[in-house]
Amino acid sequence: MATFTLQVFRGDATGGGFKDYRVDAEDGMVVLDLVHRIQATQAPDLACRWNCKAGKCGSCSAEVNGKPQLMCMTRMNLFEPGSTISIAPLRTFPIIRDLVTDVSYNYEKAKSVPPLRLRPPDADGKYRMWQEDIDRIQEFHNCIECFLCQDVCHVIRDHDEKKKAFAGPRLFIKIAGLDMHPLDNRDRRAFVKDSAGIGLCNITKCCTEVCPEHIHITDNGIIPMKERMADEFFDPVVWLLRKFRGQKATRTA
Amino acid sequence: MIGRVLKDQSGRVGVAARPPIAAAHLRQDTWWALPVTVVVMLGAFIVYSTWAALQNAHYFVPPYLSPFYSPCISATCLHLTLGWGLPDVRLPIIGILSPAFLILWGPGLFRLTCYYYRKAYYRSFWLAPAACAVRDAKAGYTGETRSPLIVQNLHRYAWYVAVIFIVFLTWDALLAFRFPAPGGGHRFGLGIGTLVMWINVVLLAAYTFSCHSCRHVCGGHVDSFSRAPVRYKLWRLVSRLNEHHPLFAWLSLFAVGLTDLYIRLVSMGLIRDLRMF
Repeated sequence: MATFTLQVFRGDATGGGFKDYRVDAEDGMVVLDLVHRIQATQAPDLACRWNCKAGKCGSCSAEVNGKPQLMCMTRMNLFEPGSTISIAPLRTFPIIRDLVTDVSYNYEKAKSVPPLRLRPPDADGKYRMWQEDIDRIQEFHNCIECFLCQDVCHVIRDHDEKKKAFAGPRLFIKIAGLDMHPLDNRDRRAFVKDSAGIGLCNITKCCTEVCPEHIHITDNGIIPMKERMADEFFDPVVWLLRKFRGQKATRTA
Repeated sequence: MIGRVLKDQSGRVGVAARPPIAAAHLRQDTWWALPVTVVVMLGAFIVYSTWAALQNAHYFVPPYLSPFYSPCISATCLHLTLGWGLPDVRLPIIGILSPAFLILWGPGLFRLTCYYYRKAYYRSFWLAPAACAVRDAKAGYTGETRSPLIVQNLHRYAWYVAVIFIVFLTWDALLAFRFPAPGGGHRFGLGIGTLVMWINVVLLAAYTFSCHSCRHVCGGHVDSFSRAPVRYKLWRLVSRLNEHHPLFAWLSLFAVGLTDLYIRLVSMGLIRDLRMF
């Protein structure tokens, strides 16, 4: 058993600060266990959101020693016994109290994503798709909406003024999942450029680094969507070919 | 206490205020080590390659041609790749422009607009952000939505150019088996330089064909892979390579610099090229 000093943020929008708690940790414990121990023994009013304790509900997102991660998936044996560990709420979102933040920004953004629009069925009236058609997008469906990627994305985190114009990595993989869907026939490239603001992403891959589901957000979601956007808006050869063939741009979202 | 606590980050109290934590970051690890390493490595390569390109000498020692000077297309080249040379470009003060500058823009543009290198230099040089969950150094930010960074969207064209260079470098590597014979003419041989040039071209090809734009062009733009089986196979192959794109980016960078250095040292007579046969 080792004893740690946990510096936990206590407060709300009107003010607050980090408060020290000395907590014992047994083998196999995670950060969330210690937060629960603080609630049970020292601060019953400590606000903390959690649910499954198995890394699948995405509720206990926090910043442990400044790194966005799930408290239930952060094992205590990663830290030196006796060390001091800071636990802060997600700093990108408005605080409600202590470790609980208001993540509704992400749900509001999700409402703006153009939904799936089915292409016409096959000649026999049935829809068919094969495993190779959906392998690519199944990865995106692993998202547990912990919003760690949104929290760490510097466009949202450090530039409040961009929040309106930028959807963020969670929404980009949602858009990618729809756009790459074999049964979908909606063109989201204009949406991704103008409404979701994918050009603001400078692909520094922090979203991928913090994803607890190890989704390749940047390589498999954002960059492919940037390339699809480039097809439509930044490729002079495609533009010339379209002019030559008398085709119109497909800029409907 | 970890940092000074304010009412909120702008000094105001609001209903939808963020957590009132003033510190730019709360990280306790050596997050700065990676950006510093990237600055040192990329900086060293830029300094060396610029110096090597300015030399206009010691880039060819039969049968080896430095990748910094390939394809050699200037009339004064020591080794004319295409058998004919373009007229020399003369600049004021500088004089004859080194043939390296006629071609280095190609691979340079490819690396400059590469998705991996963008991550590397946006973090290390731009500090936007220097590391994850570390506050951006500058307040204003427009990403890649305005000039000049909006040009990054044309990365695929830099890739097309890079593929042409791979063809030339492969040709150079083939010629690296063709040693001058004592009585005139040529004969087949293998030297350390031959191996160096082949390692270089293989790593450069791995970097070029693991590119994200290559992945898109090969099949990433397709929605229904079952209707495009060849593209699907190609896309899967490139996707597997793409997983190692950052590794190839660094290895190929070292390889191209070291290949030039090796040929330069042999050409200057400072080291001797060992011949296997």
